[in-house]
Amino acid sequence: MQHNIYIYIFIMAAVSFVIRILPLTLIQKQIKSRFIRSFLYYVPYVTLSVMTFPAILYAGASQLSGALALLTGILLAYFNAGLFKVAVSCCLVVLLIGFIQ
Amino acid sequence: MSNTTVQNFSYRRSVFTEGIHDGIPIALGYFAVSFSLGIAARNAGLSPFQGFLVSLLCNASAGEYAGFTMIAANAAYIQIALITLIANARYLLMSCALSQKMSSDLPMIHRILVGFDVTDELFGIAIAREGIFDPLYSYGAMLVAIPGWSLGTALGVAVGNILPVRIVSALSVALYGMFIAIIIPPAKKDKVIAFLVIISFVSSYVFSYFHLFSEGTSTIILTAAISALAALIFPRKEEEENAA
Repeated sequence: MQHNIYIYIFIMAAVSFVIRILPLTLIQKQIKSRFIRSFLYYVPYVTLSVMTFPAILYAGASQLSGALALLTGILLAYFNAGLFKVAVSCCLVVLLIGFIQ
Repeated sequence: MSNTTVQNFSYRRSVFTEGIHDGIPIALGYFAVSFSLGIAARNAGLSPFQGFLVSLLCNASAGEYAGFTMIAANAAYIQIALITLIANARYLLMSCALSQKMSSDLPMIHRILVGFDVTDELFGIAIAREGIFDPLYSYGAMLVAIPGWSLGTALGVAVGNILPVRIVSALSVALYGMFIAIIIPPAKKDKVIAFLVIISFVSSYVFSYFHLFSEGTSTIILTAAISALAALIFPRKEEEENAA
């Protein structure tokens, strides 16, 4: 079955919106369950990690450049270079390796 | 106009300007990253306008990227709803934290408008600001961040196929760079998170190597399973959450 792109967009927008405004409007109490709190706390790190690797290996021109971009990003982020620096450095690594290879 | 009203007005204006000021570096970063997101949107078959619309309405890097992989795979509507929910689950937490900083009589309309653009960065600057939350500050930041994000995406879709392949492949890692910049600093402080990052990398690699599921479905299954296990084995104490 072929899906309508605007229905896809509507669903994405609606879910993104509701998840953000619920705690600000309806649920104004703290979530009590320790399990749910811990679960919600861990979700972002796990989901971003899962989406980053191994996808980054196939995003660059070669797996080598993707792997080096990953290492560079981890090192820079470890030493607290912000979002912009990390993102741009990863791009530069792929570009540079592309010229060498 | 009384003197206090004048003072109040200029104070309000300066809060708004401060928001714009702090939003500019964020908007620049967004522009670069959303350009790379636009390339993903193009690969999923979206037009520049559709890419623009997604970014304008969703304001989410991981959530949009996950959505695009689902659209590319012609996934069911329920699947795209589920992955958007999971990839954006962290915003639920951020909004919870932000709501604690809001005055209890802050009108609903402000809660909704601010909530619309709770992102890692905008949440970060709003929560770091001292005192009671002022929606005008967030509006100032949103005024520059939203165009940066949505126009960058549109441009990524439009120009992505004009640029040389070498440049496109370099730019397409920007998004992962952004993800790395979000996960590594907390992993440095918290060993459990560092451990989870490694576990996630390894299991994601295994899933992808054996092509067990589509990329989006793997993300849903792995996120739910690993986070639930982690919550059972390493439940967090309140103090830790406040410190994080």
